[in-house]
Amino acid sequence: MGGAHGHLLHFHAHSAIHRAPAHLKVVALLVFMITVVATPDDWFAAFGAYLMVLVAVIGLSRVPATYILKRMVVEVPFVLFAVLLPFVARGPRVEVLGLSLSESGLLAAFGLLATATLGVIASLTLAATTEPQALLKGLERLRLPTTLVQIMAFMIRYLSVVTDELRRMHVARVSRGFEARNPRHWPVLAKSFGALFIRSYERGERVHLAMLSRGYTGKMPL
Amino acid sequence: MSTPVLEVRGLAYAYPDGHQALAGVDLHVHQGESVALLGPNGAGKTTLVLHLNGILTAGAGTVSVSGMPVEKEHVQEIRRRVGIVFQDPDDQLFMGTVRADVGFGPANLGLSGAALEARVMTALDLVGMADFADRPPHHLSFGQRRRVAVATVLAMEPEILVLDEPSSNLDPASRRELADILRSLDVTVLMVTHDLPYALELCPRSVVLSDGHVVADGTTYDVLTDDDLMRRHRLELPFGFDPRTVAATLGLGD
Repeated sequence: MGGAHGHLLHFHAHSAIHRAPAHLKVVALLVFMITVVATPDDWFAAFGAYLMVLVAVIGLSRVPATYILKRMVVEVPFVLFAVLLPFVARGPRVEVLGLSLSESGLLAAFGLLATATLGVIASLTLAATTEPQALLKGLERLRLPTTLVQIMAFMIRYLSVVTDELRRMHVARVSRGFEARNPRHWPVLAKSFGALFIRSYERGERVHLAMLSRGYTGKMPL
Repeated sequence: MSTPVLEVRGLAYAYPDGHQALAGVDLHVHQGESVALLGPNGAGKTTLVLHLNGILTAGAGTVSVSGMPVEKEHVQEIRRRVGIVFQDPDDQLFMGTVRADVGFGPANLGLSGAALEARVMTALDLVGMADFADRPPHHLSFGQRRRVAVATVLAMEPEILVLDEPSSNLDPASRRELADILRSLDVTVLMVTHDLPYALELCPRSVVLSDGHVVADGTTYDVLTDDDLMRRHRLELPFGFDPRTVAATLGLGD
């Protein structure tokens, strides 16, 4: 079970950012990200300014900086890729601490890191200040097709149910002495996922039955 | 006698794989009754329940609710009249908040605005969950989710409340709280259960279904104390539970 309030990424607080309408926040995030991605890699001052904007917004939202920082681990794969770039890229090279690095690679790595970091911080801020339900309402107000919004709503609702099920299956496997240590064990994991898929499919059918039983006729009434 | 709330006549049903789940079931439930539907696993209890609101359609025989036959043309009205609470509340609660979930049924019936809100809050009040209206269902305890599942159905103001294994997976305190709630409701109840003490506590009358047939229909006390009947249909009382002593202490039975 998750926390008592809201959602895994949501940080409960009362601030202007929390209260701002969800659809505005979604549009703001989108505009911000398009601007960031469209900025040439060598406009260093611009990236600095973007970061200041985010820091100011987070300050206003009263979400602790550590809260955002801890959740930035999702960025790690990008960082690894960015670190590789200066070594593998071609073109003129520069000496840094005795290493020969590609100039264009360094710039590309900076660009990748900067956009990824800004994107992750901005998305985490949106998630931390907006309840999932409000986010769905916001997307609906932005005229996203209702079918898509409903699919997302079901996903949010059943995410914890499915992960619970996954955890129980894991515990049951471990209890019978199974530990996935090398690729020879992968078929067992694949079968577990297959079983989870079938269980979820069957649950989908039962949910549909329960919906029909309460008069569902094909479109959401609310 | 008045028109029964629920009238099942000669109901038979075979699944597509040929398994004959129901073989001629007759059952009447009258207004205000609380009836327990007992039977071993695989007796056809769930199949019977799915016929009551037209999810499954009868192979032979008829089902009618307050005189209205369960048929395609008025399936919507039937589903309002027959409220089914399924066994796993996670199947029943699929919306983002408790309020939206309880409102789902009445909104499908065309309610909106203040009327819908009133319906939702009345139903939540009945199960003592009004304070949780804005919480997401998956953050509630299992017992609370079961109570909200009951509210989702009460919000449709059904004529008969059908509960599939209402006490399953509940801890003793939640089980007792649910019993208090069910007793306080002014509605006809059909309760499918393996929990025989629960049946004795809440339902004066019991019907035993076995192999697709109704094999007993009488007071719960008589059914539970008929040792021969119980043994033949794989019904067993929990260790140490004796309906005779319980009835004598509580003044149940005859």
